[in-house]
Amino acid sequence: MTSAEATPVLELSGIGKEFGAIRALHGVDLHVNPGEVVGLMGDNGAGKSTLVKIIAGNFRPSHGEIRFAGDAVHFNRPIDARAVGIEVVYQDLALADNLTAAANVFLGRELKRKFGPIALLDHKAMAARALELFGELRSETRPDDLVKQMSGGQRQAVAIARTRLSNARLVMMDEPTAAISVRQVEQVLGLIHRLKEQGVAVMLISHRMPDVFAVCDRVIVMRRGEKRADKPIHQTSPEEVTALITGAKEAA
Amino acid sequence: MAMPMESPVTFSNVGKTRWWQRGIFASQTGYVLLALAVLLVIMHFASPYFFTEGNMQNVAKNFSFIAIATLGVTFVIITGGIDLSVGSMMCFSAMITSMVMTELSTPGGLGASLFVHMATDGKTVLANVPGLILLVSILAGLGVALIAGLVNGFCIAVLGLSPFVTTLGMLSIVRGLGYVVSNGRGSFPGGPDADYFYALTSGDILGLPVPFIYLVVLALAMAVVLHHSSFGRHVFALGGNEKAAELTGIPVVRVKIEVYVVCALAAGLQGIIISGWLGSAPANMATSYELNVIAAAVIGGANLAGGIGGPLGAIVGCVLLEVIRNGLVLAQVSSYWQQTLVGVIIILAVLVDRIRSRMI
Repeated sequence: MTSAEATPVLELSGIGKEFGAIRALHGVDLHVNPGEVVGLMGDNGAGKSTLVKIIAGNFRPSHGEIRFAGDAVHFNRPIDARAVGIEVVYQDLALADNLTAAANVFLGRELKRKFGPIALLDHKAMAARALELFGELRSETRPDDLVKQMSGGQRQAVAIARTRLSNARLVMMDEPTAAISVRQVEQVLGLIHRLKEQGVAVMLISHRMPDVFAVCDRVIVMRRGEKRADKPIHQTSPEEVTALITGAKEAA
Repeated sequence: MAMPMESPVTFSNVGKTRWWQRGIFASQTGYVLLALAVLLVIMHFASPYFFTEGNMQNVAKNFSFIAIATLGVTFVIITGGIDLSVGSMMCFSAMITSMVMTELSTPGGLGASLFVHMATDGKTVLANVPGLILLVSILAGLGVALIAGLVNGFCIAVLGLSPFVTTLGMLSIVRGLGYVVSNGRGSFPGGPDADYFYALTSGDILGLPVPFIYLVVLALAMAVVLHHSSFGRHVFALGGNEKAAELTGIPVVRVKIEVYVVCALAAGLQGIIISGWLGSAPANMATSYELNVIAAAVIGGANLAGGIGGPLGAIVGCVLLEVIRNGLVLAQVSSYWQQTLVGVIIILAVLVDRIRSRMI
């Protein structure tokens, strides 16, 4: 699955981050290839979230370099990361409850129609596109319903649909299967497969071992701010990963 | 890049929200509008004077006097903020407008030679360009509001101060500045353009008070901005989930500064209109109006927690307050009761909304 010749879509080298006296990340090197699904695992406080936030442009790394599709990039804000093709599905989904599903999908990049000098929202086009995306996710979600009234799975669909708007080349999902039903977990994993088929790289941050082993090509384990393992999924086992996460095994 | 749709979406498990559970029917604005309609019917039977043309004009004029500022503060409330400085802002803008107008119209005054000259009789002052003084003085009044709004927005959005404290401070600063520039005396619009000023602020067009016409135009503009522009969308998103707004790349700082500027400008315009009706801008003008304005917005359905509100609600809130005040006058009830009743209505409106949202 991973081709050594292809330029990695994302390449981190020597990434470190300090918050005051706290060293959250230290010397992290990793790469993600196009169409590859990488699981990022680790206990709470292992540095997963910090790493995700650095890649997503929320934080600037204290040390190290980020290369996206071969070019060095510096993200000051999340929009910068989005502009090059990195999309994030946040754990708390980052939805505005008081808006409709379609409005949330298009939040920050609304479709507009020009009426002379003024540009007004194109509600019809946004609803139609949102419905299309929900169809692809096979989620029973109406674009005009308020997010306030939706189930956990529908909210997830809205958050994931958002990443499908642009031609994202890397989608990071922070615990996408943590708060949804078994059937919806299947749907989300199915979606990850489809992203992969499209050549989109996916980084799955999850606590759920079965999900990681079901979809990932490779698993990266973080512990105490450092990368402890980076292995193809068929060369490891849930037991080994658990040992790496807890520290029973130092590195692999 | 589009993925093929394997089957069209079906909604076997997800019901459609019924029309009466959506939009205005499910909002506090809807309920208060209903209450207002009932109140109007009661007033019609209680007093034969209520639905007379004169009284209706009176009501329309009076509620327009706080409604424009209410539109502005509604923007701020939708983002989850608050602006307590609107009352002081009304006074200060009005005062600056009339002071600038007087100054520019007094021969020998600062810069007056550019705007006026003496008529040949040596007494009458004539404008060089009719209306120019009016334009400059209104722009000056709105200009100070713009600056105060920028300061509010900067402190809240960039420095991260609490909106309540920042605008409470601004309430005091602006009121104090009003006393400083006027020496506590207040000021009067004067000079050759004063007649235009009165016509534009307290005149009538086809029997409609002009403040009411401004209100309708501004409310329609606000409805379009809120629901059909990306700025409006961002204002709602900010009130619904500020963190989400930030993560999705909405320029949160800019939107916040903009809403405080819009609010200050609306208050300034409102103050200028009120001074035209009063014929002066006394230094204690519009004291504690911020409470009426915020009360009207809240009664009309704007949620102080953010994310909900609109121009219709703002106007309905103002009309309700004014009809009650008017009704109490017609019923010859002491006007002191008005304030008490307003408080009761604020709590009732919010209570009804709470009960309703629990029922769904």
